[in-house]
Amino acid sequence: MDSKTLRYIGKRIILAVVTLWAVITITFFVMHAVPGGPFTREKAISAEAQAALEAKYGLDKPLFEQYTTYLTDAIHGNFGPSLKQRGRMVTDIILDGMKTSAKIGIIALLIATVLGILFGAVAALRRNTLPDKIIMIMTTAFVSMPSFIMGSLLMIIFCVSLKVLPANGASEGGLILPIITLSLYPMAYITRLTRSSMLDVLGQDYIRTAKAKGVSGRNVIIGHALKNSLIPVITYFGPELAYIVTGSLVVEQIFAVPGIGRYFVNSITGRDYTLIMGTTIVLATLIVIMNLVSDILYKVVDPRINLE
Amino acid sequence: MENKILTGHVDLSQFHVDPIDFAPASEEDKAYMVQMRPSSTFFKDGCKRLYKNKVAFVSLIVIILITLSSIVLPLVWPYDYAKQLGNQPGRPVDSSFNNLRPMEYAASERKRIEAGESVFPHIFGTDSAGRDYFIRVVYGTRISLAVGFFASIIVLVIGMTLGSIAGFSGGKVDMFIMRIVDIIYSLPDMLMVILLASVMRETLGPAIDGTVLAKIGSNIISLFVIFALLYWCSMARLIRGQILSLREQEYVLASQATGAGPGWIIKKHLIPNCISVIIISTALQIPSAIFTESFLSFLGLGVNAPMPSLGSLASDALNGVTSYGYRLVIPAIVISLIVLSLNLFGDGLRDAFDPKLNQ
Repeated sequence: MDSKTLRYIGKRIILAVVTLWAVITITFFVMHAVPGGPFTREKAISAEAQAALEAKYGLDKPLFEQYTTYLTDAIHGNFGPSLKQRGRMVTDIILDGMKTSAKIGIIALLIATVLGILFGAVAALRRNTLPDKIIMIMTTAFVSMPSFIMGSLLMIIFCVSLKVLPANGASEGGLILPIITLSLYPMAYITRLTRSSMLDVLGQDYIRTAKAKGVSGRNVIIGHALKNSLIPVITYFGPELAYIVTGSLVVEQIFAVPGIGRYFVNSITGRDYTLIMGTTIVLATLIVIMNLVSDILYKVVDPRINLE
Repeated sequence: MENKILTGHVDLSQFHVDPIDFAPASEEDKAYMVQMRPSSTFFKDGCKRLYKNKVAFVSLIVIILITLSSIVLPLVWPYDYAKQLGNQPGRPVDSSFNNLRPMEYAASERKRIEAGESVFPHIFGTDSAGRDYFIRVVYGTRISLAVGFFASIIVLVIGMTLGSIAGFSGGKVDMFIMRIVDIIYSLPDMLMVILLASVMRETLGPAIDGTVLAKIGSNIISLFVIFALLYWCSMARLIRGQILSLREQEYVLASQATGAGPGWIIKKHLIPNCISVIIISTALQIPSAIFTESFLSFLGLGVNAPMPSLGSLASDALNGVTSYGYRLVIPAIVISLIVLSLNLFGDGLRDAFDPKLNQ
């Protein structure tokens, strides 16, 4: 790695840190812009009780002091107590929800990536044949369907009409449909990405050279074409994770999966402000880190890429 | 003596040239030089390419049809999107209007039909509150399209202004704007959208109460504000990049060398070269805005009731999905159709108007 690459990586890390700081700051101040504070929406409570509650949660201190306290706590992974779930810490709720969500997310991510690359490669190698056309039509359809519609339609087909899979995510086998729903869009996207980049690579001179040197067809495809056409796919890892995180918000809602996405949506409707802040920050951190990793990988894998 | 030779008459026969070459052109010869085909502009060429692209052309027709019907149909349709048909003033609530299946009639309507009156059918039935579902879908389409369109315009205006300021001024201003763009760009947009939408619902509602804006609803306005805050970045980046690269082009230099002023260069070189990129990314912004709106509606942060949008219709339908699955399928199909045809049309536009991208 030359100094230019290192400088780029350093710049990207600084940007990621600044972004995370921006996320925490925006979340904090946006949440405190809500008129009346988190307790005024409860049933009418006495002034003393209100004051006691505010003192307990540190809401009586000046805003800036609250902010610095929150910032230091957030860096240590402490997001304070939940306002609506008595006696539970936000961090515990998030970790609890993460178990299920991470399982769904990681499996969906793997399925989407592996199948997407496979379909994309097939479509590119069999360009303008029937398999290619079928793959392209399917992916076009998947890309233009919002995740909640995809989830609902899958539920109608498999749970209501065919009755082969459970609609409740908490029951056995209930995570199959959420995983499929989450993986379809990124799979379609990766398929299209791989196809176009593979078509591009197949037209390169070094492919012809390899063939002319007598490298077997399979080795050309795997060793030369596929390897190089995967470079753009790396850049998609960040957005892919972002999609799966936001997609999980609706998918977990549809299939009643007890995951972090469901807690997040419920915390919005239930106005559990500390939980909203905590989940936003944790999910944002995940996405920002993934973006950082895929950006750096992209640069390390392909030195041809001009960073400016 | 030497001078005399140079200025003297030239005897053509010494140079082996055919005097016919120097004869004036006959009418026949001139006919060759006539322009056979009227000169075509960039715009005309693009339209021609677009017209030849069948997928994009069909998509355009689909978009026009959907848009027109979402505008015209509510004007002529006998039912209203918010009217609960069983709920007539001065009479007890007639619950036979609720949850009608497609083409079914309520009890009182059947009586009227038997009496020989003609009753306009409920093509998609009615919803759980007895509202005609067809007109709700049409109206929802109108709202979703309008949200997508206006959100893209907002993004376009803000992105274009800041992008061209950054591109033209350069230096510290450019640096400052682009760092902000970098940060906003790397923010997880959907999470921020949800966060802002859930808070603005609380703050905007009372603030706009009683004004014209209240009619549009706090949620739609907060959606626009969110788009204005977050989504201008890629447009600004795009336009700044265009301006920076176009400024360095040799034809701009040539134009300057021949005495063109900045006004001329902007009018004749920068705008024509930027406009296709701008139109294309605006066109592709519309489906993404519709996506976002339906996503927020699904989470209960979209349009305010009783106004329908395609997303809120789908999300409402989820409650009765086991018995009334079609209520989910219909808005789902419309949304996918709109997004699909807008995407395909946008791709077609790009292929037609930006041949450089295609290589």
